[in-house]
Amino acid sequence: MVIGLEHYLIVAAIVFTLGVAGIILNRKNVIIIMMSIELILLAVNINLVAFSAQLHDLTGQIFALFILTVAAAEAAIGLAILVTYFRNRRTIAVEDINMMKG
Amino acid sequence: MSVATVFFYLFSFVTIASSVMVITGRNPVHSVLFLILAFVSAAGLFVLAGAEFLAMLLVVVYVGAVMVLFLFVVMMLDVDFAELQKSVRRYLPLGGLIGAIVLAELVLVVGAWTVAPQTALSTPTPGNLTNTAALGQVLYTQYVYLFQAAGFVLLTAMVGAIVLTLQHKPDVKRQNISAQNARTRATAIENKNVPSRTGVPVP
Repeated sequence: MVIGLEHYLIVAAIVFTLGVAGIILNRKNVIIIMMSIELILLAVNINLVAFSAQLHDLTGQIFALFILTVAAAEAAIGLAILVTYFRNRRTIAVEDINMMKG
Repeated sequence: MSVATVFFYLFSFVTIASSVMVITGRNPVHSVLFLILAFVSAAGLFVLAGAEFLAMLLVVVYVGAVMVLFLFVVMMLDVDFAELQKSVRRYLPLGGLIGAIVLAELVLVVGAWTVAPQTALSTPTPGNLTNTAALGQVLYTQYVYLFQAAGFVLLTAMVGAIVLTLQHKPDVKRQNISAQNARTRATAIENKNVPSRTGVPVP
């Protein structure tokens, strides 16, 4: 049995789904929500690498590299916002973030 | 069943199982550690797909830097996480329903997918180079502007994170380098005409 493109796509689809479900399940906990976003980006990377290997085209791996860059920047900024918010309000519950009445 | 097949199923099982543990774990520290496990086994999947450089990047940069940052923040925040986890059971039907719908749609898309037999490749993989060398040849020539832009994204994130978390305490004395450098002889030294045998009054 040869591992083909479809196997990677199914794994990536399951991880993506778990990330989406994680955002809904833990919608009070910002840290778990950020980890779910990381899972979603990981699923996207698995997809890109699988297509890159299947098509013998390096562009997918280049884009996975840039997605890693943006994900690292997003994690750094998000955690910095979280630390500042916790320092001001002593809580990180999502439903308490309502000062702007958005 | 070849060795690559066995390892593919092993890595994908570990990735999916640890992803489940990430979103259902009670302790966020455990969630971060399971996320690290998911990333490491996804790096194994990347190696199986032939992307060694990205696999090493995932382990070194992502697990080594970003996940450790997560771990620091989770341990630094003094939050009652048990209080936050109480809503998980309430949202379980909704989350499970949305997850099932998304997964069914994705599987339908993947099942109906066919790759066109002859696609024009923009950067075909050269056969005589390692993965890292081939990526470098493409990244520093064809995608050099995107590469620079990625560097600027990281720079912006670094400056933003520093600006957000830096705090100035008012009662801490700090060095003011420009004020030090702006000192001249006129501002630093005061000449007093002291009469003999009297001394100067102490201020």
